[in-house]
Amino acid sequence: MNKLITVVYFAIFREKAGISEEVISTTVNSTAELFRELKDRHKLNEPLGHCKVAINDDLADWESKIKDGDTVLLFPPVAGG
Amino acid sequence: MKVTSSGIDIAMCSQQLINSGAGAFAGFEGWVRNYNDGHKVLQLEYEVYTPIAESEGRKIIQEAKERFDILDAQGIHRSGLLEIGECAVWVGVSSVHRNEAFDACRYIIDHIKVRLPIWKKEYYENGDSGWVNCEQCAAAM
Repeated sequence: MNKLITVVYFAIFREKAGISEEVISTTVNSTAELFRELKDRHKLNEPLGHCKVAINDDLADWESKIKDGDTVLLFPPVAGG
Repeated sequence: MKVTSSGIDIAMCSQQLINSGAGAFAGFEGWVRNYNDGHKVLQLEYEVYTPIAESEGRKIIQEAKERFDILDAQGIHRSGLLEIGECAVWVGVSSVHRNEAFDACRYIIDHIKVRLPIWKKEYYENGDSGWVNCEQCAAAM
């Protein structure tokens, strides 16, 4: 069944996608599956293991399940400090 | 742990950690430098996702308080455009003795760098700009 998910892009992901956020309709169940789907669409080359993900403002991992209405934040490799 | 778009007042930050039981204070300041990876850098821009940067930063400080025998700790990170020489990140720790303050300060800054949703874009003298890869990622590649 299709879910409506809001995806928010940051830093280099936002520049590659050309948008800061979008609402997508998808059948994927996990954050990793979502990332793979968007990686192809937006040419996000950064390895999954170097990126982070959050769901509804809580840090999640790449096995986390996503549900209809979630907001998923995709974080490219971080570089604070 | 806070994120701010204005200059960090280091004296004021340190004063917040004053405690009559503290015999030691250790601080770390990360500064914007003018050179990176063979390029002359003119400016830096930090993009921060503040809600998670602050909540994850508070978690790191709580972890440091549990791991090390310290009295208090604080951290602050800049967002937005910074000039060369500006303080980009500050960490301060107070404790009874110095070893714990040094160790906790190191723990906090090391974890800030790899866990907070913060990205750094450098603007170079030749007009180019680029996102900087995190240290851990660069080492793993």
